[in-house]
Amino acid sequence: MKKEVGVFFIFLSIVALLAGMFFGSLSAFQFVFPGFFDLLPFFKNRPLHVSLVVSWIFLSAIGGIYYYLPKYCGLPLFSRKMAVVHIWLFFITGLLILACYLLGKFGGREYWEFPAILAIPVFISWVLFAFNYFISVFKKIGQWPVYLWMWATGICFFLFTFLESYLWVFPYFRDNLIRDLTVQWKAYGALTGSWNMLVYGTAIFVMERIKGDESVAKSKLAFWMYFLGLTNLLFGWAHHIYIVPTVPWIRYLAYGISMTELLILSRIIWNWKSSLEEAKKDYYFLPFRFLVASDVWIFLNLILALLISIPAVNVYTHGTHITVAHAMGSAIGINTMILLSSVLFIINDVTKYTFSKIQKSIIRAGFWITNISLFAFLIFLTIAGAEKGILVIENKLSFQAIMQKISPYLVSFAWSGLGIFIGLIMTTVPPLVAIFQYLKRK
Amino acid sequence: MSTKLKRIFFWSLFLLFIAYGFFIYTSGTENDGGKRFLTEGAKRGKLLFQEYNCTSCHQLYGLGGYMGPDLTNVISAPGKGESYVKSFIKNGTQQMPNFHLGEADVNALTEYLNYVDKTGISPVRNFEVQYDGTIMQKAIQ
Repeated sequence: MKKEVGVFFIFLSIVALLAGMFFGSLSAFQFVFPGFFDLLPFFKNRPLHVSLVVSWIFLSAIGGIYYYLPKYCGLPLFSRKMAVVHIWLFFITGLLILACYLLGKFGGREYWEFPAILAIPVFISWVLFAFNYFISVFKKIGQWPVYLWMWATGICFFLFTFLESYLWVFPYFRDNLIRDLTVQWKAYGALTGSWNMLVYGTAIFVMERIKGDESVAKSKLAFWMYFLGLTNLLFGWAHHIYIVPTVPWIRYLAYGISMTELLILSRIIWNWKSSLEEAKKDYYFLPFRFLVASDVWIFLNLILALLISIPAVNVYTHGTHITVAHAMGSAIGINTMILLSSVLFIINDVTKYTFSKIQKSIIRAGFWITNISLFAFLIFLTIAGAEKGILVIENKLSFQAIMQKISPYLVSFAWSGLGIFIGLIMTTVPPLVAIFQYLKRK
Repeated sequence: MSTKLKRIFFWSLFLLFIAYGFFIYTSGTENDGGKRFLTEGAKRGKLLFQEYNCTSCHQLYGLGGYMGPDLTNVISAPGKGESYVKSFIKNGTQQMPNFHLGEADVNALTEYLNYVDKTGISPVRNFEVQYDGTIMQKAIQ
C-alpha cells in the first residue's frame, strides 16, 4: 500500500520546525550578545529562522489537508502524483533557499529574503496544490463545511498575495518608497491572513473530529466568523504602516476594520465557560490539549492586536519588540499549537503508534515548558517594546542608549526562547520517531 | 446561510479587495515627497540595500529588523548625516559586518538613504491624539 502523501509533508514540517527553532535561538543570543557564533552571522541566521518556521506552518497545514481530504471528507485527491511532485518541488526549492542564505545571496525582503528567481518554483508548487485541491473538492455534493471554504480561501489568497509581494520587481512600484512599503505590507498582511485561514480551518476540522459533531462546521455562526476573519484579512493590514505617509483613508479603514475583531473577542469571552467545561472532559487527549492552549493564546493575542491597532497606541509600539511579541504570539501560540494538535491527531490516526508512558510524559512536559516559556518570552518582549517606545517618543534617547536600558529584558527573552525550543524538542521528537517508523515500514 | 448567499458575500468582498488594491497601487500612494532625490544612484542603492539584506537588522518606517537603528531619517538626524553613514557602511561595527563595499556602492547606498530621508518622518515624535484614538502629526518633529 502506498504511504499517505500528507505524512511526508508532516515529517518535513517537524524537521523544518526544529531547524527553524535552532536558528531562532542562535539569532536571539546573537541579538543580545554581539559577536556570539560569528561563523554564521545574524543577517544569515535570521532569514534561516524565518523561512524554516514559515515552512513549518505551510508544510504541516498542507500535509493535514492532503491527509484529511481523502480520509475524512470523502474526497480522494485528484492526483497523488501531483502531490508528490509538490513536495519534491518544495523540498528542492527549500534546499536552494537555505544554500542561498548560507552563501549570502539575498532578495532582501521581509519574509522572503531569498533571491526573487526562487519565487517561481515556490509559486508553481502552490499552483499544483491549488489544482489538486479544487478539482478534489468540487466533487463534493451538498453544503461545504466552513473548513473547506477556509482552506480554499487560504490557497487562493496565498497565490494572489505571493504574486503581489513581488510587484517590487517592477520599477513603477520599486521606485516609489511609499508605494513599495504600502504594497509590501498589504501583500504580507493578507498573506499571513491566508496562512491563518489554512491553520484555523485545520483547527475547526480537528475539533469537529474530536467532538464527532459535524454541525459546528456548518453552522451560521461559523460562517459569520469566517466572513469576519476574511474581511480582516483583506482590509485590516494597514496598522503595519500607520506612519507611512499614504493617503489618510487607508489608515482609517484599517483602524475601523481592525476594531471589528472586538466581535471575535466578545464571542470568545461569551463561550469561555462552556469551552472550559468541555476542555476538562477531553483534556486527556493530547491533540485536544494543544487546541485548548491555542484558544488561550488567541484570547491574549487578540487583546494585543486590538491595542496596537489603535493609532495612538501604535505610534508607541510600532517598530518595537511589541510587534515581535504579536507576531510570535500568533506564530507559536496560535498557529503552532493548532498545527501540533493536527500533527498529533494524524500520527495517532495513521501510524497506529502508541506512545509509551515515558513518551507521553515527555510530550506533556514539553507542552508545559513550551507554553510557560512562551508566556515569559512574550512578557519580556512586551516590556522591552513598551520601554523602547516610550524612550524613543518621550525621552528621544539614542538607539544605543535605549538598547542598553532594555538589555536585561532582551537577555531574558533570549533565554525564554531557548525554553520554547527545548519544549518543542520534547513535544515533537516522539511524534517524529513515530512518523519515521511509519515511513520505514514496507 | 445558503451557498448562494455565501458566494455573494465572498465575491463581493473579493471585488472590493481588487478595487481597494487598485487605489493603493495608484492614487493612494502617489505622493512621494522624496521623488526629486531619487537619482540613478539611489535606485541602485535600493537594490544593494536588498542584496545585502540590510532589512534583517535595520528598519525603514519601523519595518524591518531590530538589531540596528531605524534608518529612515539617519541623513537628517542631528549629529549624523552622509559622512556618518558612509563611515559605518565602509567599516562596519561589532554588530554590523564590514561588507567591503567599493566607493560606488557606498555612494549609491548613501544616495538611497538620502532619498528615503526626504519621503517622510519615522518615528513620529510630535503628534496630537484625537478623540477617536487617531493621531495628528505636527509639522515640527
